[in-house]
Amino acid sequence: MTKLSPKLTQKFAWGFAWTTGVIAVLVMLLIVGYVLVQGLPVINSDFLFSSPEGGLAGEGGIFSCIVSTLWLIVITMAILIPLGLGAAIYLAEYAPDNRFTHFIRYCVELLAGVPSIVFGLFGFAVFVLALHLNYSILAGALTLACLLLPFLVRSAEEAMKAVPYSQREAALALGATRWQATIHVVIPAALPGIVTGIILCVGGVVAESACLYVTMGGSAGMPTSLLSGGRTLAVHVFYLAMETNALDKAMATGAVLIVIIVIINLITRWFSHYLQARMKGETSHGI
Amino acid sequence: MSRYFVDRISRRLALCFGTVAFLILIFIAVFILKGSLPALGEIGVADILFSTEWYPSHGAFGIFTMFAGSVVVTILALAIAVPLAVGCAIFLAEVAPCRIGNMARPAIELLVGIPSVVYGLVGMIVLCPAIAHLSGTGSGSSVLAAAIVLAIMVLPTITSISEDSLRAVPTLYKEGALALGATHWQAVYHVLLPAARRGIVAAVVLGTGRAIGETMAMVMVIGNSPILPTSIFAPARTLTGNIASEIGAATGMHESTLFVTGLVLFVLIMAINSVGLLLNRRKK
Amino acid sequence: MYLKINRKKVSVFMTGCVLLAVLALGGCSQGASGTIAIGGSSTVQPLAEKWGKAFEAKNPDVKITVQGGGSSAGVKGCAEGIFDIGAASREMKSSEADQWPELVAIHVAVDGVAIVINPASNSVTGMTLEEVRDIFASGSNATWTVINREEGSGTREVFEEKVMSDTKVAPNAEFLPSNGAVKQKVAATANAIGYISLGYVDSSVKALSIGGVACNEVNCAEGSYPVTRYLNFITKGAPDGLSKEFIDFCLGSEGQKIVGEEDYISIA
Repeated sequence: MTKLSPKLTQKFAWGFAWTTGVIAVLVMLLIVGYVLVQGLPVINSDFLFSSPEGGLAGEGGIFSCIVSTLWLIVITMAILIPLGLGAAIYLAEYAPDNRFTHFIRYCVELLAGVPSIVFGLFGFAVFVLALHLNYSILAGALTLACLLLPFLVRSAEEAMKAVPYSQREAALALGATRWQATIHVVIPAALPGIVTGIILCVGGVVAESACLYVTMGGSAGMPTSLLSGGRTLAVHVFYLAMETNALDKAMATGAVLIVIIVIINLITRWFSHYLQARMKGETSHGI
Repeated sequence: MSRYFVDRISRRLALCFGTVAFLILIFIAVFILKGSLPALGEIGVADILFSTEWYPSHGAFGIFTMFAGSVVVTILALAIAVPLAVGCAIFLAEVAPCRIGNMARPAIELLVGIPSVVYGLVGMIVLCPAIAHLSGTGSGSSVLAAAIVLAIMVLPTITSISEDSLRAVPTLYKEGALALGATHWQAVYHVLLPAARRGIVAAVVLGTGRAIGETMAMVMVIGNSPILPTSIFAPARTLTGNIASEIGAATGMHESTLFVTGLVLFVLIMAINSVGLLLNRRKK
Repeated sequence: MYLKINRKKVSVFMTGCVLLAVLALGGCSQGASGTIAIGGSSTVQPLAEKWGKAFEAKNPDVKITVQGGGSSAGVKGCAEGIFDIGAASREMKSSEADQWPELVAIHVAVDGVAIVINPASNSVTGMTLEEVRDIFASGSNATWTVINREEGSGTREVFEEKVMSDTKVAPNAEFLPSNGAVKQKVAATANAIGYISLGYVDSSVKALSIGGVACNEVNCAEGSYPVTRYLNFITKGAPDGLSKEFIDFCLGSEGQKIVGEEDYISIA
């Protein structure tokens, strides 16, 4: 058996690496492209601004689903942001470097790995049944807040830790308390990073389906209060695909979702560029 | 109210918030365990875990088929995704010219954000009919369809963590190898990959966790038959799909067994992710 | 100055979050007056949606939401207060009646369960009940791809009771969550066989005659077709208030006319 020359081996290896890279990008383009090509032509103002009428033909549009999704985003964020930022402030600013802190951080990581449907089961047992919230936007939002918490904590903590320690020291030296230093120095400086984390969580709300399927019910009606059930866009895709013949509308709803996700990706990308530029250029006059 | 008082209060408050993650984890464990107890007590652990018959209306509550379904689909998905992802990571970290890399990276990362129902939908409409055509029988809802969909879903996760760990290897290592006359590929294969091994394994482990937890896309393409996955063209059912499709309608023992399903999933994921986190930590 | 501005911004932001959270929790106390939540059977769902629309048109202040989940979810959801009215495409089981004695079932329409196959690739037009039972008991193979419904489906309970009579459906059948999903799968798969509510049957699938009796509204109404059932609304206690008004509307001439329009069978 002759051994391939190192140069030839490298050619093969590089060929493999290129192929995999091209495959990955192609897969993305094919999926996104397919959904957009199939879905976008179906979308018109009628589709966007009328509500699903149910039935086998999947008549109607997605308006109530858009409204449900927006409600869910607002309520989830209202619960998530104080909790997540509080936890991140603790971990980044107050937590001593000891076993307890390591344990807490470990819990955050573990929580991030728990599957959505397990959160759904938990939310179903606690919020839907035990707390009698029934299938509702509130039950869904509480469940989602638990699910997204570790992601927000992680990104907010990272953003706060990236603020140079000298800035805190300067504030403390001027007589600020730890809390004042956090509120007036660290958080403003870390704000772009924190906002990026929040936007990513909004993306999470939009994309999530499994835990909402079992905590929000599938009612496609226009939500009237926090206690009414609702169907987000992602859950609507599932219903259209599994219970109706309207696969074209499922594709169209999928296309709306993809557009939202792409926009969210672009915003976070822009924000992180902004963040980098700021870190490089502006640290000299930070406070 | 003096600012020192505010400081003291906020310190306590922050500590409370800090423990929230821990509390949620405990609550999840407690509530799922509580829901499982009736079934575990009455039917017995062994009869639930190792019986292959799931027919709740006839009192058969074995979840082994779904456990096997989840494991087999995940392994198949990883068999497809890992070579692709490691290839991609090498491509992005070492091979691709900077500009191409900077265009390919966000493209691949976009795959993370796409909702799983969209993957399920495309799988249903494109993949399943293709597989039905290939196998010549059935509707195409199969282990293979599920594995392919899952592979695409975990690909970006494994790629980006692997790329990070390849980039984390000090450049000196690579330069040393190149200076000794190694080709670029030899440096990658003999120096970079071994040095980044732990990170790549951690990436695969985290990807495994994500794969086992995936729900809606699986329900849409796997056919949900509670049978042992003996052929890649046959349908199967995952633990996650079992919970999602039956929890709304289940009562009594049936409901409790679904909580047991959740418990199995929870323990499985905890174990997998603990391994992943330990590997990732020791790397640092 | 800079400090002050930021402080304001941050505290406004924080209080905004807290306020929203309080509002979110305060929202709990809002009563659900003027709304009826219906949920359960996917067989009843299209009918309930049409009823809901018609009722809303007559009573603009009323809001009716309808969701699926299966008959068992309808019964359970009604008992647990998740739905005001549970929808079930079968009678209440004795186990359910024992567990929740307060539940009341009201017949609102009649429906047949059609055994459907793919029309394009299969020339079979009728079978006997035994033939159907054998196919479902032996499961998917080279000849048939068997499509079953998820546990909790009322249609499945009726099918198991009247067709399978205690024989189990083979577990290698595909399990789908709704009538619509089964219909779509049968229409798309060459050798598929499944069962759906008569109200869902259209030209994309072929409903088999059973023992020579065609599956249509006339035969289901007079009971010569063997697999028929009542569709039920379930309420906690006798219906009262808005729920009663709605159910009365459904049972009235206007409501029963909608039953016919949707290809179900009105109760005599």
